[in-house]
Amino acid sequence: MPAIFSHRFDTPLYTGNVYVQTGLFINGAFVDASSRTTIDIFNPSTGKVITQVSEGTAKDIDLAVAAARNAFNTTWGLKVPGSARGQLLYKLATLMEESLEELAAIEALDNGTAFGVVKGWVVPFSIGLIKYYAGWADKISGQVIETDEGRLTYTRHEPIGVVGQIIPWNAPLLMFAMKIAPALAAGNTVVIKPSELTPLSALRVCSLVQEAGFPPGVLNVVVGYGNTVGSALSSHMNIDKISFTGSTLTGRKIMEAASKSNLKNITLELGGKSPNIIFNDADVDQAVSWACHGIFFAQGQICFAGSRIYVQSGIYDEFLAKFTIRSKAHKIGDPFGVDSYQGPQISSTQTERVMGYIKSGVDQGAKVHLGGQRHGDQDGNFITPTIFTDTRPDMKIVQEEIFGPVSVVIKFEDQEDVIQQANDTIYGLAAAVFTQDISQAFEVGHALKAGTVWVNCYNEVHAAVPFGGFKQSGIGREYGSYALEHYVNVKAMHINIKHKMG
Amino acid sequence: MNSTLLSTKAKVCSVPACISTLIATGKITTKVAEATSKDVDIAVDAAQKAFDTTWGLNVGGAGRAKMLGKLAQLMEEHQQELSALESLNNGKTFSWAMNADIPIAIETIRYYAGWADKIHGQVQETDEKKLTYSRHEPIGVVGQIIPWNFPLVMMTWKIGPALATGNCIVMKPSEFTPLTALRMCELIQEAGFPPGVFNLLTGYGSTVGAAIASHMKIEKIAFTGSTLVGRKVMEAAAKSNLKNVTLELGGKNANIICNDADLDQAVSWAVHGSYWNHGQACTAGSRIFVQSGIYDEFLAKFTEKSRALKVGDPFSPDSYQGPQVSKNQFDRIMGFIQSGKDQGATVVLGGDRNGTEGYFINPTIFTDTTPDMKIVQEEIFGPVGVVIKFEDEEDVVQQANDSVFGLAAAVFSQNITRALTIAHRLKAGTVWVNCVNQIHPNVPFGGFKQSGIGRELGEYALANYTAVKAVQVNLGYVM
Repeated sequence: MPAIFSHRFDTPLYTGNVYVQTGLFINGAFVDASSRTTIDIFNPSTGKVITQVSEGTAKDIDLAVAAARNAFNTTWGLKVPGSARGQLLYKLATLMEESLEELAAIEALDNGTAFGVVKGWVVPFSIGLIKYYAGWADKISGQVIETDEGRLTYTRHEPIGVVGQIIPWNAPLLMFAMKIAPALAAGNTVVIKPSELTPLSALRVCSLVQEAGFPPGVLNVVVGYGNTVGSALSSHMNIDKISFTGSTLTGRKIMEAASKSNLKNITLELGGKSPNIIFNDADVDQAVSWACHGIFFAQGQICFAGSRIYVQSGIYDEFLAKFTIRSKAHKIGDPFGVDSYQGPQISSTQTERVMGYIKSGVDQGAKVHLGGQRHGDQDGNFITPTIFTDTRPDMKIVQEEIFGPVSVVIKFEDQEDVIQQANDTIYGLAAAVFTQDISQAFEVGHALKAGTVWVNCYNEVHAAVPFGGFKQSGIGREYGSYALEHYVNVKAMHINIKHKMG
Repeated sequence: MNSTLLSTKAKVCSVPACISTLIATGKITTKVAEATSKDVDIAVDAAQKAFDTTWGLNVGGAGRAKMLGKLAQLMEEHQQELSALESLNNGKTFSWAMNADIPIAIETIRYYAGWADKIHGQVQETDEKKLTYSRHEPIGVVGQIIPWNFPLVMMTWKIGPALATGNCIVMKPSEFTPLTALRMCELIQEAGFPPGVFNLLTGYGSTVGAAIASHMKIEKIAFTGSTLVGRKVMEAAAKSNLKNVTLELGGKNANIICNDADLDQAVSWAVHGSYWNHGQACTAGSRIFVQSGIYDEFLAKFTEKSRALKVGDPFSPDSYQGPQVSKNQFDRIMGFIQSGKDQGATVVLGGDRNGTEGYFINPTIFTDTTPDMKIVQEEIFGPVGVVIKFEDEEDVVQQANDSVFGLAAAVFSQNITRALTIAHRLKAGTVWVNCVNQIHPNVPFGGFKQSGIGRELGEYALANYTAVKAVQVNLGYVM
């Protein structure tokens, strides 16, 4: 029997006991891994082990897929009407709401994002996503298509079957909700692999899934490594579709594995190097605030982080001065500290990676305008908010996704030139424009090659608004009605009423 | 009809090599230029330039609609010519080309002309301090690879939605059947499409096809062809620039005929299902499951009807079935027929070559098969039907679904409950009830399982050719 992780929180922002199952969640029960091995889960704030969880492998994926397939054929899929699926999803959201603080605490402990942010936004947004898709579950409609009166032609938007999902460590609960909600609403069964770095909130939700009354096998959670569990999911012959969020490098492997196995449908949400363009006529103080939010939120570990900040020359000095003051004022520290804004990077590996980029910036001749160092314990995972200036377009810190609290501020003059610079990247996930001029806002906004464009704001996401990448930032869209398209199989029905064949 | 290609400005290709285009009697018709990856680069640059200047969002939907409408009109004016060319190059009978293929192709272009000015995004309600909307933008330069079985129809399925939504195209027709595509280039030019909007490269899969699939500046690829090559296209996309992929691949489609079917109609439709286009259709109803109560009568009538089909010269008015498209295909189909014999199935009709010249095969019927036989499992792509007796509804649904493919299926029954219950349970992207092979430009088409990814035709195809951009305008939130 797998253990239950129990933890007592005694912090300025949260006190309480939490209990998290550590087994694999397969066929409605928490079970030991086939290999009986475990994975250590670390607290990124301290580098210390929080607990162990069961380590799934390919064998467990086979078990999970079998359970999911069985559920799809008997107790889920088209056996259960949309309204019932919606009710279960709504029940789950309600249970999550009742455990809101507890979920926030588990997430902040496991992931390192400030508790205040997780409680105030991440968890409520995740709950909102589940409620949003609960509302879609009984509204999955096909079309009736006019051909002629001798026929009835219509389409069914059927659930695909068993879907595999792989999510990253940067916003674990949000990623979990974002993936399972549309998949389940549309009638699919799910086998999902949370990141081996941050599985705890997903495992806690599994208990709520049990409590909500989802039939066993509808949702299965297998924690394990990418090269074992992730690989097994993407090349499984009995998984009909895979959805992946993570690095572009791994995204390619997923697509290749799909092509070599059973040609399963794929959707990918990958990396970004998103430009944030601030014109002379922007509200500078607002631009500064949003720019900070754009790059330092969640320690810069956001795929759509506004990491390239283009500032028009007329306001450049004012912007840089205010941006620097604002960034310096961020309190970095323990996620459960009273005013903490920025927590640790997720792991020592990631911290070293970010520090490596900072070093490359220095080596390539950029100027460290602010920060550029570790904060506190030199072996820890905290990095000071960092601003680089005087960069060249070919520098690594300008080209590559850093995934940390490191911004590049670039002066520009000309609208056409900045659009070209902004679009000069293999990525195309998001972008932003700050201006008060309506013509400039839309002319520039529409010209940016990105799946999301923010005007006078940054990092805004909504359950109803599609999200996804142009170019090498991904394939497909999540959120909104758009996500549902990726979780249904369209079947065209042609019923012959009167036509005779000779 | 000359050997040129590339952009709609006729240009001589960069490599002076040529592909011989044969017709199915085995005699050479003409030679066309052979493109290579270098020509793909030239075409992509031309397409990108057009996208940035004279096409894409530089031309509104109404403008694109007008040109597509004009193209449909020109195709109609040249319907006979296109039909003759298609028949000559592919081997299908002139009658089929004239009465089915070319009209479907024209209708498809006309259908998408109607969509061009109706490409809508959404405005989502969030709250009054925001404006949130999505734009459905053209993707840019898209690559399209089409097969030889329905050359002109396949071309229009691809270019219709791609052009309607504002994309520019680099297309590779089959090296076996490029002639109608080449003629279309002239009509496209005449219809007023700016140079570079549509580019056609005749060449081989391993050179031109591979170059398109792995091109770093092509943002999306659509492929129709074999499942084997479909995998390679997807792998190339994964390894290059993660371009979006849609695939229309093979099928081994079940045609289920129940005791209470209208028997004579079932026979006629089954003939159409097996032998239309000489069986060279991904939707061919190649596995015919007949319930035991009507099995003997069905088999007798089906055999007679199939025997009466006239196999011969595509330009003869009473030919039903012409030759297979090439020697390769001919050999492949004959190989499958031999395997059927070797594995112990019974040949009820045909099973042999027709005549001594060209690639004509007699309509063939096998019975007494077992599920594991090659002729029951694998896609033959020829005029070969397998007839299987069944008893139990539950059992036949399971047998029908027991395939890696999931492209199409059919059910024949006059009982509303039986017909629809079985039909809804079949794992296929298209299910026909009391008919087969009915295609409409407004009804989606595509595969479950290893028969493909994505849907063509209908409104659904538009999603394959648009990039969704969400724009969020802050009207009052203070940070």
